Amino acid sequence: MGRFFAVVLTVITLVSASFFVLHTWWMPVDISVHGPALDKQFGETLFGTGIGFIVAQLSLAFFVWQSSGRNQSRKTRQFPGGARIMVTTAVILVGFEILALSFVGQKAWAAVNLDPAPPNAMRVDVQAEQFAFYFRYPGPDGQFGGVHPDKISEADGNYFGLDPASDVAARDDIVVGSLTIPVNQPVLLTMHSKDVGHSFYVRELRIQQDFVPGLMIPVHFTATQTGKFEIVCTQLCGLGHYNMKAYLNVVTQEEYDQWLKSQIGQ
Amino acid sequence: MHDSSKPTTEHHHSPPQGFLWTHVFSLDHKVIGKQYYFLSLAAVLIGMVLSWLVRFHLAWASAAIPGLQYLSKVGAPGGIITPEYYLSLLTLHGTLMVFFVLTTAPQAGFGNYFLPIQIGAEDMAFPRLNMLSFWVTFVGFVVLISTLFVSDGPPISGWTAYAPLSAIGTDAGPGLGTGQVLWVISIGFFCIGSLLGALNFIATTLDLRAKGMTLARMPYTTWAWFITAVLALLAFAVLLPACVLLALDHLGGTSFFIPGGLVVSDKLQPHSGGSTLLWQHMFWFFGHPEVYIAIIPGLGITSHILTATARKDILGGTRVLVGCMVSIAFLSFMVWGHHMFISGMNPFSSLVFSVPTLIITIPASIVTLNWIGTVFGARLRLHTPGLFAIGFISVFVTGGLSGFFLAQPSLDIYLHATYFVVGHFHMVMGVAAIFGMFAGTYFWFPKMFGRMMSETLGKIHFWVTFIGVYCIFMPMHYLGLAGNVRRYSAFVDDYLAPLIPVHKFITIAAFVTGAAQLLFLFNLFWSMYRGKKAEENPWQATTLEWTVPSPPPFDNFGGRHPVVYRGPYEFAVEETKDDFVMQDSPQQPARS
Repeated sequence: MGRFFAVVLTVITLVSASFFVLHTWWMPVDISVHGPALDKQFGETLFGTGIGFIVAQLSLAFFVWQSSGRNQSRKTRQFPGGARIMVTTAVILVGFEILALSFVGQKAWAAVNLDPAPPNAMRVDVQAEQFAFYFRYPGPDGQFGGVHPDKISEADGNYFGLDPASDVAARDDIVVGSLTIPVNQPVLLTMHSKDVGHSFYVRELRIQQDFVPGLMIPVHFTATQTGKFEIVCTQLCGLGHYNMKAYLNVVTQEEYDQWLKSQIGQ
Repeated sequence: MHDSSKPTTEHHHSPPQGFLWTHVFSLDHKVIGKQYYFLSLAAVLIGMVLSWLVRFHLAWASAAIPGLQYLSKVGAPGGIITPEYYLSLLTLHGTLMVFFVLTTAPQAGFGNYFLPIQIGAEDMAFPRLNMLSFWVTFVGFVVLISTLFVSDGPPISGWTAYAPLSAIGTDAGPGLGTGQVLWVISIGFFCIGSLLGALNFIATTLDLRAKGMTLARMPYTTWAWFITAVLALLAFAVLLPACVLLALDHLGGTSFFIPGGLVVSDKLQPHSGGSTLLWQHMFWFFGHPEVYIAIIPGLGITSHILTATARKDILGGTRVLVGCMVSIAFLSFMVWGHHMFISGMNPFSSLVFSVPTLIITIPASIVTLNWIGTVFGARLRLHTPGLFAIGFISVFVTGGLSGFFLAQPSLDIYLHATYFVVGHFHMVMGVAAIFGMFAGTYFWFPKMFGRMMSETLGKIHFWVTFIGVYCIFMPMHYLGLAGNVRRYSAFVDDYLAPLIPVHKFITIAAFVTGAAQLLFLFNLFWSMYRGKKAEENPWQATTLEWTVPSPPPFDNFGGRHPVVYRGPYEFAVEETKDDFVMQDSPQQPARS
């Protein structure tokens, strides 16, 4: 029975680990400036925990193999070094891993969340609602109009609650259902929610941030490759949660200028 | 401590008369323990069927489940689960499993039955309070199940019930009116039951120990139940007011969790000034210790059973093991923010919460290494409880290691809210805790029911379950890595469509593993009536529960006052012909 357990556990361990090693299922290619640091951190964590996983499971399997075959009349034996060696191993190895990961990880986290957006960042206002994202560009005046929740109306297409009648800045605001940005251009999103909690997740950008009703949350990033990517909601927001998505279009500067011109013309 | 030198002739409450007082409103901790156990069993069965429905829908979203329309015409017209009903079932699955299974059986079930016996007491310190805690919990369970039968079904806000989705009412979606209010009431009742139970456990452990049962001689399980009770007392004391506030937002027109200016279903909501993050902080201040409320009894049960399986004490003994459990419990109150890295709270606090989260892995690693070291050089007796205890070690290692990723805010950016998280918490808190429950059931069944469970069926159950849980939950880590978001009722976008075959594999594995649980159920009830008669100490274990008949008499020790002379796990003692010595054995120990 013990030997069978050892064999089964060894097979489970090796098969489980192999899919990680072979990258059978893996993160999509990163398209952000901050992403490589996160991916590197992921790789280091996977290496450390992977070794821990294999060593722990295989030692368990080996010891079970060894101990279950023992003659029941023989005396039990203590692990050489006893608990002291275990405590020391855990404190040193895990402690070292924690120090290394915290130190490196702190920098990666800071690049996304603590460092301010570059001064030349392009601002886009993002609103999440059940079950769509809307993106607002300031228009030629570079100014966003004020938001008035009482003026929000799905029927009139006034998703943000703008008041163009008395608010000059609001008149040229561009409101669209997908996010178009130029490549290699820092972007600063100001995120807010109309109704309940939502989240903004772009796998390739290595960005995930909740929309919190009542809060305005800044997020900044720079995309390094052109293409079309999914923006999905990751915070349970109601019955249509599974279908709440938009697209991120990363285009060249020329394409962006052209797109912007066509939007202003409308 | 109980003074056994004074002869006491009376039990502190007399034996009950009549069926109602013996089996229903019993004050006997053993009956209450069994009541909790069977309540959990009912909850886990419903929870498992819900998980089958959820898994089936994820693999074959447009296929009908015959008969499901009779449960809910609106939620499953023609047997096809709607997206909102998917979320209802998911919410109910999570709530049942976390509260009424993981928090109930290992602590309130086994703890109630065995804590008094293991410390040599006749009953819990407050038997009436004990009965009250069970019945309050039972009402909570009934209220939760009743959500299935209200017009728009159970809430769709998940077991975490994030505000304002959970606070606004039906404007935000189906199930968020009556269903959500019933959910809050149910959890409120559960909190009260858990708080009363926790007080009772703490008082019993501190005051009713038999002569000679010093803290250092308490079995690992008793320590685990005691530490868990302290956790529960502090954690549920925060969830209860959170539930009251959420109920007030629904029923009293308050705005604790709802800020101003929200427009839901094209209606400007009549609320202002609340904070949605306040709910998250209150919920997770409970929610993270809750993980340990679910798993620490499992650590105790595994350690306890491993000694009898390996025929030796755990490496490091009480000092190291209890030290680690206390450290884990202490740190568990400082890490709740790791559930909120991307919630919009101050990003500096994410770094602060990350450090204790990573540090908590040190005591957890020490415990694990000591278990593995205990297996080294053991004389393993691999009966079913032993297999589950060793299986626990394996799944605890697997589930614990993926926590390393999620503890780092920078990696959580990508992995948060993906199946990686689902795989992680199911493995470490769901599967590991359930392995603890299975180990406990197979181990203590002879004591509780006076008969043995079938070893053959038990072993088949173990093998299918052990391989099955790896087939279910390991692929979830790969899905998460590929960016598969959780809580989606169907995968309609181009990106996730290629992952559907993995979901089908998981679903099939879930059905096979589930079928093995029916085998367990058969074994449980069949053995209760037809199993081989159990002797007093079938596993040749050393603690006090094995010094009383199976099942124990009403007052546990039959009027005897046990006196404890030894540590809880004295195996391989040379002076005896067996390889173990009971805790109450008065002969001088061979080793000091």
